[in-house]
Amino acid sequence: MRRIRRTHVFVAALAAALCVPASGVSSGKPGTALPTRIAAGEGKLTMIAWEGYLDPKWVKPFQAQTGCKIQPKYAGSSDEMVTLMRSGGGGQYDMVSASGDASLRLIYGKDVQAVNTSLVPSWKKFFKAFQDPPNNTVGGKHYGISLQWGPNTLMYNTKKVTTAPTSWSAIYSSKYKGRITVPNNPIQIADVALYLSKTQPSLGITDPYELNKKQFDAAIALIKKQKPLVKKYWGLSSDEVSLFKNGDAWIGASWPVTTGTLKAAKVPVREIIPKEGATGWLDTWMLSAKAKHPNCAYKWYSYISSPKVQAMQAVTWGETPVNKLACTQMNKLVKGSCAAYHANAPEAYYRSIKFWKTPIADCGNGKKDCTDYTKWVSAWNQATS
Amino acid sequence: MGERLESGDLLGSGRGGPSVARVRRRLSAPFWRFPWLRGIALLIPPVGWFLLLYVAALAVLFVSAFWSVDVFTTKVVHSWNLDNFREIFTSAAWRRVVVRTVVIAALVTITDAILAFPFAFYMARLASRRTRAVLFVLVLLPLWSSYLVRVYAWKVILAQNGILNWSLERIGLPGANIGYSNTAMWLVFSYIWLPFMILPVYAALERIPDSYIEASRDLGARGFKTFRTVVLPLALPGVIAGSIFTFSLTLGDYITPTLVGGAGSTFIGNVVYNTGLGAAGNLPFAAAFASVPLAVMAVYLVLARRSGAFEAL
Repeated sequence: MRRIRRTHVFVAALAAALCVPASGVSSGKPGTALPTRIAAGEGKLTMIAWEGYLDPKWVKPFQAQTGCKIQPKYAGSSDEMVTLMRSGGGGQYDMVSASGDASLRLIYGKDVQAVNTSLVPSWKKFFKAFQDPPNNTVGGKHYGISLQWGPNTLMYNTKKVTTAPTSWSAIYSSKYKGRITVPNNPIQIADVALYLSKTQPSLGITDPYELNKKQFDAAIALIKKQKPLVKKYWGLSSDEVSLFKNGDAWIGASWPVTTGTLKAAKVPVREIIPKEGATGWLDTWMLSAKAKHPNCAYKWYSYISSPKVQAMQAVTWGETPVNKLACTQMNKLVKGSCAAYHANAPEAYYRSIKFWKTPIADCGNGKKDCTDYTKWVSAWNQATS
Repeated sequence: MGERLESGDLLGSGRGGPSVARVRRRLSAPFWRFPWLRGIALLIPPVGWFLLLYVAALAVLFVSAFWSVDVFTTKVVHSWNLDNFREIFTSAAWRRVVVRTVVIAALVTITDAILAFPFAFYMARLASRRTRAVLFVLVLLPLWSSYLVRVYAWKVILAQNGILNWSLERIGLPGANIGYSNTAMWLVFSYIWLPFMILPVYAALERIPDSYIEASRDLGARGFKTFRTVVLPLALPGVIAGSIFTFSLTLGDYITPTLVGGAGSTFIGNVVYNTGLGAAGNLPFAAAFASVPLAVMAVYLVLARRSGAFEAL
């Protein structure tokens, strides 16, 4: 029996050891040679995307135009996307619709390559804030093309919460004890930090994603204090929908798409961006360092960032396009949708949203004393369990 | 031999008969000559399955529990250390999760034992044959539908605007606020695992011969004394067998806490899921945490053995 066990441990260790080189090597050299022109398509494009991001409404015309057949793979979380992009040594998928909490991990993990923005005509029509946002542009290199974004808003049931809240303090006060819901996502620590940056200026928080030990501990302490007030930490947007529908939650951090779904179901909800400001997410189509179909990928970049397609996706999923010209197209599809999703807001509005980015130890002060994402995950999991 | 087989095939089915029979005889001869070969041939599939899919998977789990992940890229680093286990034992949050899981699993087991015993007793010793068949179907009926559907049903029942509160309001009582809480989890787990307690207890009670009870009565023991000194000790192995089911099934679950649990309802399984497959991608830590319920179960089985439950089985 002992021999069998030892053999199996050996076999297991050997199998694991064989897997290491395959997953550890990423020979792609991002940014060494940007393509200067788009050649003929390869007839295929493999993509990792959020559910619904490859809707037949806009995928079918693309396939007909370019002959690039899209093979979608849907992922449920940012972390799943990162894992998929690295599976099998990378190169299994050409593109990924990465959110800001995944994009830096992919860039620093050398899983994605730089993109030549001059080959994407619509890029010049983007709002300045989305041409080179810090979550996909590093050292002047563009690791992907911004897609769509949305703010993380404060939503409440207008029947139950009668005095309209103006501050995030509503989800930290015992007034709505047991009726509060918050996303179950480590990046939520940034929302807490944003709130603290306004309510406790002595902590000196300037960027909610760059927190030193003291600032980070203060945020975690507030999360622990908030926990007894929380009904449930929601995982999917649909979880929050059922919490509000069934009357279990009255107030919570939310996404515009959730508010839209609830309003459509005649639940009396309203969403606001509180006076402290808000965090937001920005999705980027990123190109794998080992993409096998780069020409089709560039064709996709041109297509998906064009005003009409941008508007179509925005209206379908309750998101805000990054292309300035999408506004008129949105109104053509759904009257007033451009203003409703702030697609015509001044540049300053976009600058006021603190977009998700992966927290890293090196936060630019030369001391490397910021808390990194692993610590965020660990602290979040412990504070909320 | 291969060549001969081919030539046999070429001769066509009509004349291939004898050669096939010859091959068959050739193959069966060693099994007749060495009987131990038969045993091995029978054991290879199940043992191979067991070793490859079960023992090897567990071995990989244990080995990877001693690894770590790279801080930024979340790639696994193969350096041996005890950090994962140290974190589990030193962190108050993780200890809280372990204690919560074990306590709820124990409460569910006790609840199910209390509910199952009279039911199984009635089924085994009092009910007519037809009633017994009906009761059997009733016990097994929930198992025909998906576990997930039943948990979702409870989620709807216990929600603020759900059936429970609606019914309570109808009869003039204040609404219960137990949706998304540990109470909800205890309730749902007790419901879901109840058949797994009823069946072994029933089996144990049914096997008690009537003559024992008659003998006890002849010796002057009244109903309760007979129950305490004859029926209960003989049924105990069944209760313990059932408790192994209810306890281990609750211990390893992570779907019910996700669906009906609240803000402070994280189970061991949820931590494994969140840290391993979720945001952290820290598979080594998840592996270390996954060995906690294994250890708890090992202790439980040792205690059950000490109590003599297995000898009576």
